[in-house]
Amino acid sequence: MIAIAVIRIRDLFAVIMLSGIYSLTTAALFMDLDAVDVAFTEAAVGAGVTTVLMLSSLYLTRRFEAKPKHGNVLPLMVVGITGAALIYAALDAPLFGDASAPVHQHVAPRYIQQSQAEVGMPNMVTAVLASYRGYDTFGETVVIFTAALAVMLLLGIQKGSEYRPPFNSVDDQIILKVVVKLLIPLILIYGLYVQFHGDFGAGGGFQAGVIFATGFVLYDLAFGQKQARTVISPAWLPRLAALGVLIYGGVGVVSILNGKAFLDYSALSQDPVHGQHLGILLVELGVGVTVFSVILLIFFAISGRKRKT
Amino acid sequence: MIVAAILAVLVTMILALIRAFMGPTEYDRMLAANSFGTKTVLLIALGGYALSWHSFLDVALLYAMVNFVGTIAVMRFFELSAAAEQNKQADTQEDTSL
Amino acid sequence: MSILLDWASGFFFFIGGLLCITGGVGLLRLPDFFSRVHAAGVTETLATPLLLTGLMLQMDWSLDTFKVFMIMVLILATNPTATHAMAKAALIGGKRPLVANQKQESKKGDQTSKT
Repeated sequence: MIAIAVIRIRDLFAVIMLSGIYSLTTAALFMDLDAVDVAFTEAAVGAGVTTVLMLSSLYLTRRFEAKPKHGNVLPLMVVGITGAALIYAALDAPLFGDASAPVHQHVAPRYIQQSQAEVGMPNMVTAVLASYRGYDTFGETVVIFTAALAVMLLLGIQKGSEYRPPFNSVDDQIILKVVVKLLIPLILIYGLYVQFHGDFGAGGGFQAGVIFATGFVLYDLAFGQKQARTVISPAWLPRLAALGVLIYGGVGVVSILNGKAFLDYSALSQDPVHGQHLGILLVELGVGVTVFSVILLIFFAISGRKRKT
Repeated sequence: MIVAAILAVLVTMILALIRAFMGPTEYDRMLAANSFGTKTVLLIALGGYALSWHSFLDVALLYAMVNFVGTIAVMRFFELSAAAEQNKQADTQEDTSL
Repeated sequence: MSILLDWASGFFFFIGGLLCITGGVGLLRLPDFFSRVHAAGVTETLATPLLLTGLMLQMDWSLDTFKVFMIMVLILATNPTATHAMAKAALIGGKRPLVANQKQESKKGDQTSKT
């Protein structure tokens, strides 16, 4: 229902606000389905970072969406047919929670029953994501890195006089600055908690990277761009992103050197379970570093541009 | 009793949502979205306890942070837009006076 | 002891829920933005800690209790700040509070004569 309103309103700002609400609702739905990790990511990325990024790009462009020139019959038909096809496919899919569904027959039992013994992780999602599906997660990390590369190529980070106007020209928000100063250490500590607690509860490298980046984005928003860039230099961010991917890949290479397959963490230590722990820890660290620097990089690149009047 | 509290939070969420849809100005929408976010934190904390979800408090904590950051971002956006408008107006005034 | 805790948390839930709904109604019914900020900000800042305190009284003592406490501290810190910042942004953006005998709120106020 909210999605319909999002499409209906032509004022882009209201669209952004409502899509923030929409992703909050979606995350609540995921919580209800007991998919905590997904809800966690949706909350951090969908509600937080996406809103901030869309707002900063909205600042660069015009506020109101242009009226579409073509008629809306053809797009409606395409969407309708696609939707009908999806619903038809969903009819064929097994019932929700059906134990005999193919998904539950193939690899899921093995993940559920043996991940405790083989990986030794209380949080199954982390075990599956980082260990069994290590290749996929590596691919995702590289995709994120590539996204950062594309943004850098297209926008670049503006230097010198191209800074966004300092906020002092508008007004000083003293209360905000004090509270933000108090809050940022809390946010960073919470980010670390999520990073290293991912083995046991919800969380992991991806979410921790987003939380860390959120902390710095908050600093930027409260104190202005110049100070934020003094704290963490944009020149270092691409290197950090590359470092994250290298950590991930390096773990894989080390396990090759130790005579096992790529990204087989059992090779990292004498005890296979301990090796798995170590591998997942390092890999999550790599993912976290990459995600953090990439998000901050994109934020800097978009928010640092000058508005075209 | 916890059910009553959850119901109260839900009702408030719906009221805030109506305000977000109506919202005569952008500031009203922003306020409603912020209120909605706070209520979501409450809903997750209370509902998660009532339905004994798994590690719900992490998500609630994250929401509380993200909500704040989002609100601040929106607020800064308005300030900057207002400042840009003022600058534009000042420029045009100077042009006409010259 | 546990009956006492139950009663206490029920009391907190009741007051908190009542305040919560009051805030929602105020958010919907009050005439202009600044009074709505008042409705949303003040009631939320009181209702949220009340509800969370009620929750804390119901829980067993564990790490989760501390997390609820952290959420409470966070909301107590952020919510007044966020509403204050919003009201200030609205003031800068040229909105003026609706005062008595002034039905038409001025869209473009005098920008220089604030404070």
